[in-house]
Amino acid sequence: MRYLPLTETDRAEMLARIGVADIDALYADVPAHERLSGLLDLPMARGELEVERAMGRLAARNTVAGDVPFFVGAGAYRHHVPASVDHLIQRSEFLTSYTPYQPEITQGTLQVLFEFQTQVCELTGMEVANASMYDGSTGAAEAVLMAHRITKRRKAVLSGGLHPHYAATISTLSDLADDTIVALAPDPLGAEDVLAAIDGDTACVVVQSPSVFGHLIDLAPIAEKAHEVGALLVAVVTEVVALGAVEPPGAQGADIVVAEGQSLGNPLGFGGPYVGLFATRSKYVRQMPGRLCGETVDAEGKRGFVLTLSTREQHIRREKATSNICTNSGLCALAFSIHATLLGEAGLSRLAMLNHEAAIETAEALANLPGVEVLNDTFFNEFTVRLPVPAAPLVEKLAADGILAGVPVSRLLPGAGLDDLLLVAVTETVTADDRAALVADISAAL
Amino acid sequence: MLNDKGRPTRPETAEMSSSPTFTGNRGLDQEEALIFEIGRAEVSGVDLPAPKGTKSRLGARARKAAPKLPGLTEPEAVRHYVRLSRKNYAIDAGLYPLGSCTMKHNPRLNEKMARLPGFADIHPLQPTSTVGGALELVAELGRWLVEATGMKAVAMSPKAGAHGELAGMAAIKAALKARAADKSVVLVPDSAHGTNPATAALIGMAVKPVPAHADGTVRVDDVKAAIDDRVGAIMLTNPNTCGIFEPEVQEIAEVIHAAGGYFYGDGANFNAIVGKVRPGDLGIDAMHINLHKTFSTPHGGGGPGAGPVVLSERLAPFAPYPFVRMEGGRPVLVEDETAIRAGESPFGRLSAFHGQMGMFTRAYAYMLSHGADGLRQASEDAVLSANYLRACLSDLMTVAFPDHPSMHEVLFDDRFLEGTGVTTLDFAKAMIDEGYHPMTMYFPLVVHGAMLIEPTESESKASLDLFAATLRDLVMAAKRGDTERFTRAPRFAPRRRLDETRAARAPKLRWEAPKPVE
Repeated sequence: MRYLPLTETDRAEMLARIGVADIDALYADVPAHERLSGLLDLPMARGELEVERAMGRLAARNTVAGDVPFFVGAGAYRHHVPASVDHLIQRSEFLTSYTPYQPEITQGTLQVLFEFQTQVCELTGMEVANASMYDGSTGAAEAVLMAHRITKRRKAVLSGGLHPHYAATISTLSDLADDTIVALAPDPLGAEDVLAAIDGDTACVVVQSPSVFGHLIDLAPIAEKAHEVGALLVAVVTEVVALGAVEPPGAQGADIVVAEGQSLGNPLGFGGPYVGLFATRSKYVRQMPGRLCGETVDAEGKRGFVLTLSTREQHIRREKATSNICTNSGLCALAFSIHATLLGEAGLSRLAMLNHEAAIETAEALANLPGVEVLNDTFFNEFTVRLPVPAAPLVEKLAADGILAGVPVSRLLPGAGLDDLLLVAVTETVTADDRAALVADISAAL
Repeated sequence: MLNDKGRPTRPETAEMSSSPTFTGNRGLDQEEALIFEIGRAEVSGVDLPAPKGTKSRLGARARKAAPKLPGLTEPEAVRHYVRLSRKNYAIDAGLYPLGSCTMKHNPRLNEKMARLPGFADIHPLQPTSTVGGALELVAELGRWLVEATGMKAVAMSPKAGAHGELAGMAAIKAALKARAADKSVVLVPDSAHGTNPATAALIGMAVKPVPAHADGTVRVDDVKAAIDDRVGAIMLTNPNTCGIFEPEVQEIAEVIHAAGGYFYGDGANFNAIVGKVRPGDLGIDAMHINLHKTFSTPHGGGGPGAGPVVLSERLAPFAPYPFVRMEGGRPVLVEDETAIRAGESPFGRLSAFHGQMGMFTRAYAYMLSHGADGLRQASEDAVLSANYLRACLSDLMTVAFPDHPSMHEVLFDDRFLEGTGVTTLDFAKAMIDEGYHPMTMYFPLVVHGAMLIEPTESESKASLDLFAATLRDLVMAAKRGDTERFTRAPRFAPRRRLDETRAARAPKLRWEAPKPVE
């Protein structure tokens, strides 16, 4: 077996040194009647070529985003990732290193995390960020629990513009923690009155901007109302490239900002692994979940970095920890950070505006089709269209023609009576031909 | 400065380990500044066309000032990250004996497979009719995990081990609720990973500790003594964190089941027993599988992991959304309540999408490469290697629990260092100077100055022999009073010991521009 260095001779010598007759003597504590005598019902070992063939056949049965006109978003976005990003994250020293518990020999990972935390602060307009969460949705659920700890209140208000899967993730975790969730009705027009739902029992209000329907939300009045009654504003961003063009939540009064960072550096990958960004105000740092990297000095006085404030964490505090999270999304955070470094502020601003302009062109072209209405006044790179027909069958039909047209709202909110709505995302990877194909195919199908 | 485990957190000031150079570099050991110190606002390593700048639908929400993110060109960025990478230890560079973390070789074929566009460049919300191959891979991997564990079902979406624990315990809570059983206490042994009590607390259950027996195991009599009407579950790691297979695991399962509770098995150490015994056959109701340990998806400097959780027949109905159900030989993705069937009662949703697909493809490639025969051999080699190291070291180092064979890792305590003036931390740091990553130290908490060594199946006998000889040399140096080799270590790393106390007292968690000089 190509991955196992021990030879039969080695094994025999090692057993002799241990002083046992065979390997099963080392499994003596396993109840004898439960030990497997035969092999598991799995395939037998295969060479590289055979594995490549088998997996290649499975991969070939999927429609690759990069091969077709592609307008799917709703929380995961297809952007061009510079070639050097994937090359660098495959450096052995990043890929095959563990959590940096021995800082003297993991300064590479630690400095990356320190740079990542600073980049997240700058993007979100916040004071402190952690070393990342699993993804945006789990980060949002943790943010709600954190707000409960800070305010000692147990009710969270969820905007109707929040991604329904995020809302479900928050609700599940809050239910388990016996907290209360008030979820507002879906808000495809971006017109809800979230202020009316905030009262003196509210721990936090969770608002996504751009919303899942694409609307840019003015967070400042929501933050103001929340703060008036002692509640926190949790701002959610599922398309982090938007922060290159849109006012950051921190500048609008958010107390906790959670974002999905997949857009920078990370592939669509069928939903994971992604990287959750989590940022807050300095005064709340000790209530934060997740790992934190901090600057210090070594015994020679040289600058260095360590994991710090770990008395919040499960391996020290056990049942009193701020979260049970035991990892971050290290390699995805590295990819994010490298992509952000390559872009820089000039590149990120430009990338964001290219996305925005491509989306405007697409929205205008679709709005010209008879019976098709764009619901958004404001948006970044994704918007909602109302079709004269149900969206899901139309998307299926276009998929059969080789166009991935977007996400039917009914996929996210089945039974909500929003079957005629389609979310259309447009990034810099969409060409003029892609756009023309989408418009022509929808037009033909109506 | 010591913490409550007797672990120093602040180094003594050390002399410079070599005469200073002009650059601060020491040959191949190069210093590297932060991107904020070397990048420039106007520089970008990505060439993009200029936006037209004629239209905007941002309204009043347009950003007023660009985020302060310095840019680097590609050559600068490549050099920055390559230099940083060289400050890291890695499995690819040497033996990485972190007990409980399972630092085995990461096959590169798995990286290649994960990057096939048919897996890497597909969207979680594109029509399911366009991702049949991906769903089949998820379903097939799930079937393999169920077969390897002897369970009934699997929830693939949890994103890491602790997330899998959350899924499993949430399923248990849902099952208790469905029975209207008022049982909100969880038994957790003292030797458990910190995630176990943290998970129980997260879902509103109270933790009741079970003491570890003097031989490093959990005894059924102690479990019996701890059980009352309120106990709804036990969380037990098996093989346990002392590296021992729990001999009374089946009796413990019987006791918890008889009391109307469920058995959560922490699968962190499943890599010792794949193909040897199945947790489901031992009475376990839920167990997460760390794909990044047992099935070798890379640790990546701290994630991403993946933590699918396998469930017994009693818990299978409560598996969270989304899940893949086989219908007529075809995989069907169930994302919400409109698609569930009688008998299915998901407790909710734990994340936005379908789980860590990038880890599934790697684990799939790993399992297919090894096969049923290779997976069993890998477990056996891991156990053999740990016991071999134990045999090579037990005359000089103190095996914490000598009455049981070790599984895939061997636990030493610090009795062998008594009177030497060398602590477990010092010993670990001296290993760095010898070119090794230290073992897991000060965990588990049930022994003093713990050193938990897990060599994995990836090491050759020559590599194990050199490692054992190195540790023997270090022990003898400590015993003969060569304490400076330890207390001043590491001397040959990119950094000397770091001041953790200072980092925590005045946290500096982001870069700040230097204040202009008046």
